[in-house]
Amino acid sequence: MITTATTDTPTATTAAAPPAPAAAAAASAAPELPPGLALQKVDERIMTLNVGPQHPGSGHMRIIVQIDGDHIVACDPDPGYVHRGEEKMAEYRNYITNIPHLERPVIHDSCNILYPYVLGVEELLGIETPERAKYVRVIAAELNRCIYTMYWLAIYGIFLGHSTMFMWPAGDRELLIDLMEKMTGARVTHAHFVPGGVRNDLPPNFEDVCLRQVNYFEKRIKEYADIFYDNPILISRTRETGVLSRQDAIRLGTTGSVLRASGVDYDVRKKEPYDVYDELDVNTNVMTAGDSYARSRVPWLDMMESCNIIRSALEKIPKSGSVRVKLKPNPKGGNDTVYKRVESGRGALGCYIVSDGKPEPYRVKMSVGSFRNLIALPYLLKGEKLGNMPAVYWSLNYWPVEADR
Amino acid sequence: MSVIAPDFRLSGFIRSILDNAFWALLLANLVGIPAIMMVLFYIEMPVINGELLTPFLAFTWLADPSRILPIVHAFMATDLFRVMAFPGFGFAALIAAGTIFVERKLLAKLQLRVGPFYCGKIEGILQLMGDGLKLISKEIIIPAKADKPIFWVAPVIFVATAAAFVALIPVAPGWVVADVDLGLIAVFAVIGFFPIITILSAWSANSKFPFIGGIRALFQMVSFEIPLILSLLGVVILTGTLNLSEIAASQSVFPWIIFLPVGAVVFFTTMLAELERIPFDLPEAESEIVAGWLTEFSGMMYGLVQLGTYLKLYAFAALFVVLFLGGWHGPMVVPPFPEEILTEGIVMGPVTAKIPGLPLFTQEMLNGTLWFVLKTVGVIFFILLPRGVFPRIRIDMLLNLGWSKLIGLAFVNIFIALGLLYAGVLGPGGMLPQ
Repeated sequence: MITTATTDTPTATTAAAPPAPAAAAAASAAPELPPGLALQKVDERIMTLNVGPQHPGSGHMRIIVQIDGDHIVACDPDPGYVHRGEEKMAEYRNYITNIPHLERPVIHDSCNILYPYVLGVEELLGIETPERAKYVRVIAAELNRCIYTMYWLAIYGIFLGHSTMFMWPAGDRELLIDLMEKMTGARVTHAHFVPGGVRNDLPPNFEDVCLRQVNYFEKRIKEYADIFYDNPILISRTRETGVLSRQDAIRLGTTGSVLRASGVDYDVRKKEPYDVYDELDVNTNVMTAGDSYARSRVPWLDMMESCNIIRSALEKIPKSGSVRVKLKPNPKGGNDTVYKRVESGRGALGCYIVSDGKPEPYRVKMSVGSFRNLIALPYLLKGEKLGNMPAVYWSLNYWPVEADR
Repeated sequence: MSVIAPDFRLSGFIRSILDNAFWALLLANLVGIPAIMMVLFYIEMPVINGELLTPFLAFTWLADPSRILPIVHAFMATDLFRVMAFPGFGFAALIAAGTIFVERKLLAKLQLRVGPFYCGKIEGILQLMGDGLKLISKEIIIPAKADKPIFWVAPVIFVATAAAFVALIPVAPGWVVADVDLGLIAVFAVIGFFPIITILSAWSANSKFPFIGGIRALFQMVSFEIPLILSLLGVVILTGTLNLSEIAASQSVFPWIIFLPVGAVVFFTTMLAELERIPFDLPEAESEIVAGWLTEFSGMMYGLVQLGTYLKLYAFAALFVVLFLGGWHGPMVVPPFPEEILTEGIVMGPVTAKIPGLPLFTQEMLNGTLWFVLKTVGVIFFILLPRGVFPRIRIDMLLNLGWSKLIGLAFVNIFIALGLLYAGVLGPGGMLPQ
């Protein structure tokens, strides 16, 4: 709304006689603004809501929503509140010491976010990874994908006001966190992947424990259908809200579960297999509706697929062998660039590393799924009701910290 | 799933009770006796029946039932007792406090967690007291641009209106604060106050999220009042009275829910919406509008609104019991008062105490209260349960439900009632007894 600043000290005389000529002159004169800024005329019916950064329904970001009554007329996501400069920090540390801080953007999915970096460094340094380490990596990455998705699902539940769906995944997630703790020694932020393998070998008897817990976990998440995915109120709330068509999903550059929920069968694990994913049987879950319900259901189906991958990896893993190649201290890469991509919990996750022959990388650029999915938010929310905002926003599988990096 | 809570042990339970009792007695002695002595120092002792009433004598009189019971009797006959203690505010607040505790434990069991556990040592029963102390000790922040008088007074009016609602509920035969002949109309009038208070508090906060929440609450409550009123007409048609005590008394043989199940379902659904419970908690939807119309309340103002909300919950559940579940009627389970206490007295060792005027409450009243409380707690349980099962619905779905489905069902209910009345099955002069 245009507001013209009038005199700040109204006296009795000016209050009695309104300064109409002065106000008209002030309004007609073009207001002096700094270059690059322009006043925007806004309809008086429209109210601007700042959803976030301190709001139970926003995460660490802000969505500037303009509403007309109960309808959203415009929406402007405003990320960047948790920017940590991970990419710049990576230029001051060598290839090995970069590992613990590069996983910080998504601590629930820390194996997957390290995966492309580690793969890229291996190609830069010319390291051949042992076969057993590749399987351990795949198991860890799939477990981490489930851990992340459970956290995401818990928040999706509470965003829709379903408090049981908040508590159940948060509790069942502990099963896999215990597994990761056995494997890596840390509940989150494992820093487990290193160039040339993984940090530690599997503990003894891990295969049996893992199989048992994963089987129980799969049985448990199948029960979520009864209370959440088949719930008539949930279906009527999320069906046909925030519909992203197949063409739009491709044109907006969305990835991961958002893309698969719109009917595009794309999964990096299947299209460009890395490590041993080509030896394992990876099936993708594709839904064609493209609405919030499909976007919320695909990660849940992906978790069951992850359980299958873990089971087949546990069968095929070599029973003995090294899991780590001994590296020279402070290794140097050549004058080379490398780009590696993996499928994370939020979609394709790429890492571009430029090396100039020094122990530190010249540049590390991470292309994350969260940020690319967020781009779709203004298109999806336009014309929706305000009550649909959490359902659409969180179905985009967006993690604010990862988008800001 | 591992269980964090240790197993229940009877010895631990008893020990914790004794522990608490020890500290309570110690504190009462350490604080109470010096306080009494300090006060007594300045007070001239009265002379009653020719003897000086020393504190010792006063305590002796307190222990003498023949002196204290007439006073209790006289107090229980007053309106003050009815308003403050039994069918009124105190009783309702007790049930409301129990409801909060049961809600937290029930949801916790549903969601595979423990719930309040440590406060009060026994399954966290003192959690509510802790929360209350916290709310009282917190700062009350008023938004700078709020309309301060209205903002201050809104929680108080909310609790007062909820208490007025409670006052209309008959708990046992003859035990009601306000026995009005147009009781049901009075209930509708009181319910009609809640959206006004909500919109006043939301508007006076002068903030965006409370405003949206207040508008949502207004939409929800106003549009659900119509099916609420219509769903109760069936009962009125069959009983031919608006007096809530008479409606409850008319169900001595069978409750109305047997003949008017549709009306009961409609009333229960509208009740959930009026109470802003999940799945109809749109005015407080935290992921959309922070806390709705409660966003700007802090400290004890928020506590007052919560108290009012749970008083309202009790009152609605009690109204459901009175209208559809037969009120206080139920099989006689309370044993009759032993008459020999009056004639022969109680033998306590060497002393035989004769206590005149002992039956403080009649057998019917105790039995009626027991059944009423049992039924109310059952209804409250069903009000609490959807919170663990359903997500929140959207405002357009809510209005669609209220205006098209529930109003239609309420009319179906009225037609059923009219059919029963004109077929001569029920109602005045009907085939079935009332």
